[in-house]
Amino acid sequence: MNQLSSQTQSNLVPDGSSLMGTLRQRVRQGNLGPLPVLIGLALIAIVFQLLNDTFLTPVNLTNLMKQIAATGTISVGVVLVLLLGEVDLSVGAVSGFSAAIMAVLSVNAHWPALLAIAAGIVVGGLIGLLQGFWIATFRVPSFVVSLAGLLAWQGALLRVLGTTGTVNLTDPLITNLANALLPVWLGWVLGLGTVGLYALLLLREHQRRRSAELPTASVLMLGLRIGLVALATLLMIGLMSINRNPNVEPAIRGVPMAVVIFAVLLIVFDYVTQRMRFGRYVFAVGGNIEAARRAGINVTGIRISVFMLASALAACGGILAGSRLYAVNQSSGSGDVLLNAIAAAVIGGTSLFGGRGRIWSALLGALVIGSIANGMDLLALPSSIKFMVTGAVLLAAVTIDAVTRSRRETNTR
Amino acid sequence: MQDRTPVLQLRQISKRFGAVQALSDVDFEVYSDEVVALVGDNGAGKSTLVKTIAGAYRPDSGDYIFNGQRAWISKPSDATALGVETVYQDLALCDNLDVVSNLFLGREDGTRFGPAFADVLDEVEMERRATTVLKELHVRIPSVRTQIANLSGGQRQSVAVARAVMWNSKVVLLDEPTAALGVEQTQQVKELIKRLRSRGLGVVVISHNLADVFEVSDRIIVMRLGRRVATFETANTTSTEVIAAITGVGPQHRPNGANA
Repeated sequence: MNQLSSQTQSNLVPDGSSLMGTLRQRVRQGNLGPLPVLIGLALIAIVFQLLNDTFLTPVNLTNLMKQIAATGTISVGVVLVLLLGEVDLSVGAVSGFSAAIMAVLSVNAHWPALLAIAAGIVVGGLIGLLQGFWIATFRVPSFVVSLAGLLAWQGALLRVLGTTGTVNLTDPLITNLANALLPVWLGWVLGLGTVGLYALLLLREHQRRRSAELPTASVLMLGLRIGLVALATLLMIGLMSINRNPNVEPAIRGVPMAVVIFAVLLIVFDYVTQRMRFGRYVFAVGGNIEAARRAGINVTGIRISVFMLASALAACGGILAGSRLYAVNQSSGSGDVLLNAIAAAVIGGTSLFGGRGRIWSALLGALVIGSIANGMDLLALPSSIKFMVTGAVLLAAVTIDAVTRSRRETNTR
Repeated sequence: MQDRTPVLQLRQISKRFGAVQALSDVDFEVYSDEVVALVGDNGAGKSTLVKTIAGAYRPDSGDYIFNGQRAWISKPSDATALGVETVYQDLALCDNLDVVSNLFLGREDGTRFGPAFADVLDEVEMERRATTVLKELHVRIPSVRTQIANLSGGQRQSVAVARAVMWNSKVVLLDEPTAALGVEQTQQVKELIKRLRSRGLGVVVISHNLADVFEVSDRIIVMRLGRRVATFETANTTSTEVIAAITGVGPQHRPNGANA
């Protein structure tokens, strides 16, 4: 036992000075972060590009980003719920129902677009309030409450849509939510602004740590982090700024609004979970609910608000999906929407066991699932194959989660 | 030592759970710069007494006196507000959070812009304070940014203790602090307990391990069947005497040992 513990100690000596050292330490602790999924993404991109050279073209990648925006948005909420150690099976149905509310209010009741959109999101939030209240107060497992929600809101969707079963969205403000393209210059301004803000935040923290005489990461690591974020962001914007309709007029270029909205939600919720008191408490409740309670954290409040946020984000995703398709119909939010949203969170690296994960896993996981679906569409493979491959990827991701978890547990004490 | 006012005193505490009289007229006191060991067999009332001190239980009768003043304690936060902190056996740490986050859990430093839940955490300040406290207590961990999951049992115990004493606390209750630890780690925790005493805290240690009790404590309070049956100055007693008081079979403790 002593031998074991002293061995663990020597393993833990921080070795942040070298990149390989940090990496080796993380592998040993079972704390891989986004590394497996990034490698997976690279593999997927290479394979599909080799099979069909349209995969890595600006048109296709822009389409891909637009396709995953709605599911990814729902998945941001799923990540929050998973961080608590709970699950929400109703997000698909809630996304469809909230979109239907917006559609009916806008098209049938002639509400102004903004009001209709707000109403859809508020309805989503209220559903989350109800379900979260039920889960936190009556101690009914979230699995069951949200399963009941899945059925109930599916029914409510059919009811709201009425006999026609489809509402076509006509208000340009609503359809532009997903489909409008950002002017190229604005895309660059927003992208550069975001990267600049990120760099500023990191540098300021570096400065403060140095003056507080705390250990700081090497300048190389700092530069690498900023450089990678800048590279990824500017590459995406550059890609979407290329004319996607080169042979005919008019030129099609710019970042789709759906992608902008998704990106903003990712950044906001990553900040909330990583830097704000609320986020810290979400992790605490997911890690050890009894410890959180004894630390004076309002556990019930945290749980209810996370379910509210998840449902409100599901509503946003549903509205984006409706906007992209110019319609809300009986199948909105059904089918594989729920499964993809949950699978994306898990594939992206958020643990099913609570307390571990990043908001970014919503993007990474949605990219994996989206790329597979998109790539197979390019190859004209039937959906039977698509489902089976996505299933296999999900299994692989959950296995990585379970294995690293048990590694973490056997590694200590 | 005993002429001073105890930092924390309980007088004539009784607590009943249904048909079970868990505590009967128990007096308890702990002074500053002192380690008191609370010993007794299973079911002797140690846990009930500790939870009463911690504010988790409300006694049916009796007084809670802090620094010579009566205090009304109805929930754990009342006790912590006075400076009475408890480290339970399960430590109540979040495995998935790092040491700094655990030390500050529920009391984070941050900048307020609006509602409390939207405070932006001041990680630099928290890390600085955490580093200082751990250094003062000679707690050795690889990095204050290590997740609790990656620490050994002794290191976890030390983090839990550090969390209890870093908030200007006066009394710390430690419930079986060495029960789950190996030899070397037990030694680390015992050193830590002595360091708490030299910081001027009143330390209450509940333990089954008499060897540990004799090593760290100044006084030993023995509980049996819900009563306080004996008190020893650690320097002037032997483990035979203490065991006799715990079990109630030793001849010399029959008289004040109450109902057997």
